[in-house]
Amino acid sequence: MHRDWGHAALLLLPAMVLLFAFTHMPAIQTVIDSFWSTPRGRRPSVFVGDANYRRMLADPIFLKAMSNNAVYAALTIPASIALALAMAIFVQGRIAGRAFLRMSYFTPTVLPLIAVANIWVFFFLPGFGLFEQIREALGLSPQNWIGQPATALYAVTVVSVWSQAGFFMIFYLAALQNIPDSLREAAALEGTSRWTFFRRVTWPLLMPTTLFLSVNATINAFRTVDHIFVMTQGGPNNASMLLLYYIYEIGFRFWDTAYAATLTVVMVAILAIVGLGQFFLMDRRIHYK
Amino acid sequence: MSVMVTDTSRVDRALFVTGAWVLALIWVLPLAWAIWSAIHPPAFVTRFDPLAPLTVENFVGAWNAAPFGRYLLNTVLLVSLVLGAQLLLCIHAAFAFARLEFPGKSILFALVLLQLMVTPDILLVRNYATVASLGLLDTILAIGLPYFASAFAIFLLRQTFKTIPKELDDAARVEGVTLLGLIWRVYVPLAKPTILAFALVSVSHHWNNFVWPLIVTSSVETRPLTVGLSIFATTDSGIEWSTITAATLITSAPLLVGFLLFQRQFVQSFMRAGIK
Repeated sequence: MHRDWGHAALLLLPAMVLLFAFTHMPAIQTVIDSFWSTPRGRRPSVFVGDANYRRMLADPIFLKAMSNNAVYAALTIPASIALALAMAIFVQGRIAGRAFLRMSYFTPTVLPLIAVANIWVFFFLPGFGLFEQIREALGLSPQNWIGQPATALYAVTVVSVWSQAGFFMIFYLAALQNIPDSLREAAALEGTSRWTFFRRVTWPLLMPTTLFLSVNATINAFRTVDHIFVMTQGGPNNASMLLLYYIYEIGFRFWDTAYAATLTVVMVAILAIVGLGQFFLMDRRIHYK
Repeated sequence: MSVMVTDTSRVDRALFVTGAWVLALIWVLPLAWAIWSAIHPPAFVTRFDPLAPLTVENFVGAWNAAPFGRYLLNTVLLVSLVLGAQLLLCIHAAFAFARLEFPGKSILFALVLLQLMVTPDILLVRNYATVASLGLLDTILAIGLPYFASAFAIFLLRQTFKTIPKELDDAARVEGVTLLGLIWRVYVPLAKPTILAFALVSVSHHWNNFVWPLIVTSSVETRPLTVGLSIFATTDSGIEWSTITAATLITSAPLLVGFLLFQRQFVQSFMRAGIK
């Protein structure tokens, strides 16, 4: 038994050292940093108590980023999940061109988000992009979708949904395959309508998958900001500013490391809450069984 | 009565098929347009004339306007380095968690799982400081280092290793196989589907990763494709759209072609990796 301990230590050591060095230590250090000031030139860092947090709560850009992120999450999560479910149901059964349909839905997932954003920027270009040509044909005035505060956040939302729905689809496909055919046959015998069958049988059985995808979509809504870099850079006038992009700006444009650490604490807290939520929800699901 | 039922179900079916195709067309349209504009002269960017002449000029132009060859090499080096290191570190760690008994095991494992939520790319500022203090800024190693110890890989491999019958261990040990021999000659071959699944997920993730590489790289010799593309596309030098889409396709093509060739494996791998 004790020989195991030595072996385990040797096998685990390299991975654990790197894990601590790039996840746990920086997380702890970030919390500490948030109570200190940013060192500037010859001025060293000093303890400032909750000053960074007070600054954050009074920072209109931070508040804007939080409300944007809430809207962004509230739109991307249900939209991606609903579309993913529709896609899975479309290609699950026999349908003409099934392989093509499935490929179309899934392909955006393998493209780099930065490349996806490049393509979509063109679609949104005022007076030139494809949306605009459709609008023009309908006699509507040109719109600068990513360049005006009223629509920038929604333009970014569309791109995010487009790039992740196909990925979520495959989880629903896997789950749908696990629903026994006998249930469908029984329902057909009873004369149950397709919609009733979906609402009473399919949807409840897919609940664990929906939950898993909700957690994933929530994490993505906070953690994935690549397209912001290409499309809007948080603008115009912070209309599409998201929390992680703001952390990047504060940390690497203004090099205000202490304030960036304070913002990062909020980010870690959000992800921790999501993680704990998942843990307890999953736990309850197991008791159900 | 029965006639009415078939009628509504036929309408139902038509709506269903239409919905599926409309959605697919919306999903395929952006990429289809990107390909269209990349293989036609700039004048045809939004003129969809089936007789428009084909050209490779846009690709040539993009390839010559920025060092995409070097970026491609950097990305290939990066994803190979990350995958190799991840497998080396995580196979051993996963075996320890799956098969060995030691004090503090469940606490350590919980600490590993923490990384599934709080990933290194959230802790940008602090990790940048760490990489800087190691003198690794602007190296390919620095882009990969935070991802070497992957909680996801450890978790996935541990689950797989746990399903391998323990009798195999005993048999191998009776034969005098060392612990490392047992891992590499018994466990790894049996976990091949999981390893392949993880490899595809890891390669596509790091091929597409952007923010962290953007922060730690500052020269052509280290920048991966994603960072190179973003710099190329945002410089205001009046580059034609068709050149930008050609560059975009160059960036995505290797992965895209790989996906189209091995579609089934890709989908199954993503599924296997996602189902816990």
